[in-house]
Order: sequence, then C-alpha cells, then structure tokens
Amino acid sequence: MSFLPEALRLSCEPLQQKFETVSGDDVRRVVGQEHIDASGFLTLLSPAAAEHLEAMARRAHTLTLRHFGRTISLFTPLYVSNHCANHCRYCGFAAPNKIPRTRLTLDEVRAEGQVIAATGLRHLLLLTGEAPHKAGVDYLEECVRILRPLFPSISIEVFPMETADYERLARAGVDGLTVFQETYDPDLYAELHPAGPKRDYAFRLDTPQRGAEAGMRVVNIGALLGLTDWRKEIYATGLHAAWLQKRYPGVDIAVSLPRMRPHAGAFQPACLVSDRELVQAMTALRIFLPRLSITISTREAPAFRDNILPLGVTRMSAGVSTAVGGHAKPGQAGQFEISDPRSVAEIEAMLHSRGYQPVFKDWEPIEGCA
Amino acid sequence: MEHDIFEIGGKRLSSRLFTGTGKYGSDSLISAVCEASGSQVITVALRRVDLDKSADNVMRHIPGHMTLLPNTSGARTAGEAVRIARLARAMGCGNWIKIEVISDNRYLLPDGYETARATEILAKEGFVVLPYMNPDLYVARSLADAGAAAIMPLGAPIGTNRGLRTEEMIRILIEEMDLPIIVDAGIGTPSQACQAMEMGAAACLVNTATPRLRTRCSWAAPSDGPWPQAAKPGSPGPEPSPLWRRRPRP
Repeated sequence: MSFLPEALRLSCEPLQQKFETVSGDDVRRVVGQEHIDASGFLTLLSPAAAEHLEAMARRAHTLTLRHFGRTISLFTPLYVSNHCANHCRYCGFAAPNKIPRTRLTLDEVRAEGQVIAATGLRHLLLLTGEAPHKAGVDYLEECVRILRPLFPSISIEVFPMETADYERLARAGVDGLTVFQETYDPDLYAELHPAGPKRDYAFRLDTPQRGAEAGMRVVNIGALLGLTDWRKEIYATGLHAAWLQKRYPGVDIAVSLPRMRPHAGAFQPACLVSDRELVQAMTALRIFLPRLSITISTREAPAFRDNILPLGVTRMSAGVSTAVGGHAKPGQAGQFEISDPRSVAEIEAMLHSRGYQPVFKDWEPIEGCA
Repeated sequence: MEHDIFEIGGKRLSSRLFTGTGKYGSDSLISAVCEASGSQVITVALRRVDLDKSADNVMRHIPGHMTLLPNTSGARTAGEAVRIARLARAMGCGNWIKIEVISDNRYLLPDGYETARATEILAKEGFVVLPYMNPDLYVARSLADAGAAAIMPLGAPIGTNRGLRTEEMIRILIEEMDLPIIVDAGIGTPSQACQAMEMGAAACLVNTATPRLRTRCSWAAPSDGPWPQAAKPGSPGPEPSPLWRRRPRP
C-alpha cells in the first residue's frame, strides 16, 4: 500500500487543463456544499475560484471555528544539526553550500531546551539535516531523553527512516513526524535533488505512512511552494492528506504551507506564490478536509500571519531560530531567513488581542503510568 | 429550581447544562460562562492542563464550586484512556472522568468497544465514569453493565453543531436505560438543547456552540421559571417554555 501510484497518476493528469475549465458557477456550487470530493477540491484551486475568495474564506472560517474553536497550538523548532549529505538545490543546508557545520552536544541540546521551555512552550519540533552518521537515530534518541522532561510533545523533522526506527523514537517519546515531499512532480523532484539519499522520491513519499504505522500521533506533510505550479502541488498535497486520513484514522494529519524564503545558495523560486494564492490554497484545503490541522510558519510576515488566522490556521511556530543552537546563542545563520521574528510572548499577546487562545500544551505523555 | 435535582455518582445537581473549556478565545471566559450559565459540571481535556505553568493554567479559571469532569481526549485505546484517567486523579482533578476513546480523527466518532473496556476498569477503581458514545442500545447496555454512572450519546459528530441527528437512537436510550442520558456532541443552538431535554434527556453538554455565539444567549434556566422537568416518553411532558431568548450584548 502506497500513495505512489496515485502521485504518479497525478503527475500525468492534465491538471492545468482541468483547472482552466472550471467556471464561476462551479465554484459557487462547491463552496455551498457540505462535503466536497477531489473534483470539488480541484474546483476550489482553480483560477476561477480566485474570484470567490471571500466566500471561500467565510466557509473556511466557519469550519475552522467548529472543529478547532478559537485556539492556535504553538510550537517552535529546535535545530540540533545542520550536517547534510543531500544536494537539494533550494536549501541552505545543502551539502555543496560552504557553511559552518555543527551538531549540538547533549549539554547544548539541554541548554537550548531550557531556553525554549522558559517561554512556556511545551511542544517542540526537533530538526536535523540528512546525515545519519553524524546525527542519526541514536543521537536523536539521546536528544529526546534529555528534552522529554521539558516538553510533553516532541515532533521530529529529520530524515526519512524505516518504520522500526520510527518505532524506536516513538518509544523514546517522539509523538509527531513532519516530512515535506517538497514537490509531488517526480521529474522536477529528480532535477532538484541531484545527489544524496533524498533522491529517492518513492521512499520519501511513503515516509508519512511509515511514521503513522510506527505510532506517531501527528503526521505533518507539505510541499515547498515556489518550486512549481502551486495549484498542482496543493492538489497533490490535499489528496495525499486525504489518503493518509482514510488509512490512518487515528493519526492527526497536518499540512504545512511553506513558501520559499531567501537562503544560502543561488536557487531562485520558479514561480512566486502571492498572498492571495496562499489564502486560496489554505481555504481550499480547509473546505476539502475540515478536520485537517494547518500549520503556518514564520516564513510568513507578521501582518500576513495575523490576518490569515481565522481562515483555517490551527498551528503556528513562535520564537523561531533556524540556526543550530540559535536559541541559546542567537545571531547565527540559519537554514533560511524567517519573516516573523516575534518572540513567543509577542505571538501570545497578538493571539489574545485577536480573540484567539494560544495553546502551549496539547498532549500529556501517558506512558509508564499504567 | 429546587425541585429539579438529579444525581450522578452521588452528587446532586440542579443544573442540567454541562460546559466545556477547550474552544474559547481566552480561558478567562470560562469563569464568566460558568457564572452566566449556572452550569455545575465542566469538562476539561487533561492533555491541555499544564500544572507547571501556574500563571496561566486552564484550571485557574474554573470556579471552585464546579464539579470537574476531566476527559480523556486524545486516547485512542482503552489502555490510553485508563492511563489518562489515573493521571487526572493523581493530578487532583477528582474521581469523575468522561471517557473519550476516539481512533478516528476525521469524524471523531467514539469506539464503543474500547470505551466499554475503559469504563469497566475505571468503575472498578472507584471512578465516576461518564462515557461518550455513539447512541447504540447494545453499547449503552455494555456501559451500564461495566459500571457507568451516566451515558453520553452524541447528537451529531463533534463540532458539527448539527443538532440531534441521532434523535431516534437517543430516544431509545432514554426509554430503555435507567442511567441518566446526557446528550453530548452536536448541539449547536439552545433550541436543540431544549429538544434534547423535552425528549427526556437528563442533561446536555455544550462545548463548541458556546464560543461561537456572537451575542450573549441564555443556556441557563430563565429568570422567570424553572427548567422543564425531564419527561419520560409517554408522559404529557412540559409546557413549551421561553427558555432561549437572546439578550443584547452587555
């Protein structure tokens, strides 16, 4: 069982043509429906739907309020290593980039964790590049052992592993997995990942399901927006999320909408995704999958993040550093430049001022109390 | 309302509205909602409680007179629900527990089999167990046999505010079960809660709908009269009561 056949079928489908045949009437009909299928989702991603953003936003807002209330879960990333064997053309940590490489010692991991925990956050996202010989499962397990007393919920955004490795980390206390396919277009994927283990499109595509099978409570997927036509990428992402939801109903499936940001290296986005287009993508996802968690990161600017809150967002990062060890020692270069440098306290105040409640803790570890 | 008392787990309650905590824009609204509604029982997800954060902990906002009904939100199996319940009691949340065992995130429908297993274990440990369930008579009987103190059937899937879509099934539970029936998910408007009460439900739990209200609206008993008596089917039932008049925002 794999999403691969569906992803390959999508890559051959004349989606562009389908998007262009959608009419305004089609959009109006779909926005008013209680449940929509894949063809309705496609309708909401079409250029014609861009003229109906107001109606889509209203519907997305209503659905979000129903299923999640006025709450936003907060988390922050902790980069523990930037060693990487991959040659992703769009990434600041790519192997050919001449940047200082480092892996935090366990004492440094603890220090980072303490700085983050002091902000009140109880959900952490642990990040590395892909270099298992430098920062592999053993190292991650040690990091989790140190961080777990500070954070009831720890997710990882590291490198694709086998199910048995995810099971090991789940036993250690990892409850969430984030892995972005970057692009669902297999040809473009091959072009953007010329060397390194990440070249394996299929292994990466199946990573979310390996995580789900290993017992992860949350699996967060996404495409890096800017690499190619966003409509196709969001369509594939939404179908992938729906596929995962159906097969792993006990897992909270989440989607991130990362837009490309400036980074070390000369790669430029192939297509820019405007604010309106990002809103269309998010509201279409919400209407298609009302229970989907949607994450908006600090790649987005403060005013934009604040304004799109009611339209489907359920998770936000706050107090972010994308540099290894950047919480305890600020000022270092990170994986990419963030657009929203606000502290956790500032994000908390912003949410309160807009009538939203920041959720710092949304899981209680239950192992060992039987 | 003195004459309209009902009892769960040895506790006498005069309000038939149970409230939630999880969907407000600010936890500070919780105490205002408790006061305005007259509710005496409030459910709280243990997963959200952070006792290390004394300054802004959801528990701080719950008035002392409320009966805490911690819930096992996040549990996917009976074993997880049991562990969460034990943690809740160890954290000082009392011995009431609302069992939620949900392994389907798309619809948030409860797993009847796992719920019955958790109910049996926890009832034996002295918990007052209120299981959230799909209104199925066989599951309800299993829950009663397992020691549930009340049964909480859903009116519609959580968060949908679609009212009593399971009306016929709930009516059967009200007719057949001797335990209090508390209608849980799905209630989106005061009139839907009223409908549940007129069917003979013992109480309603309203969570999603309250934070969505744009104007202050009385979920509580009217100032000029009591709640209608819960009526068993076949009895004449209460006179229609002007329970749900909207008031302008203060």
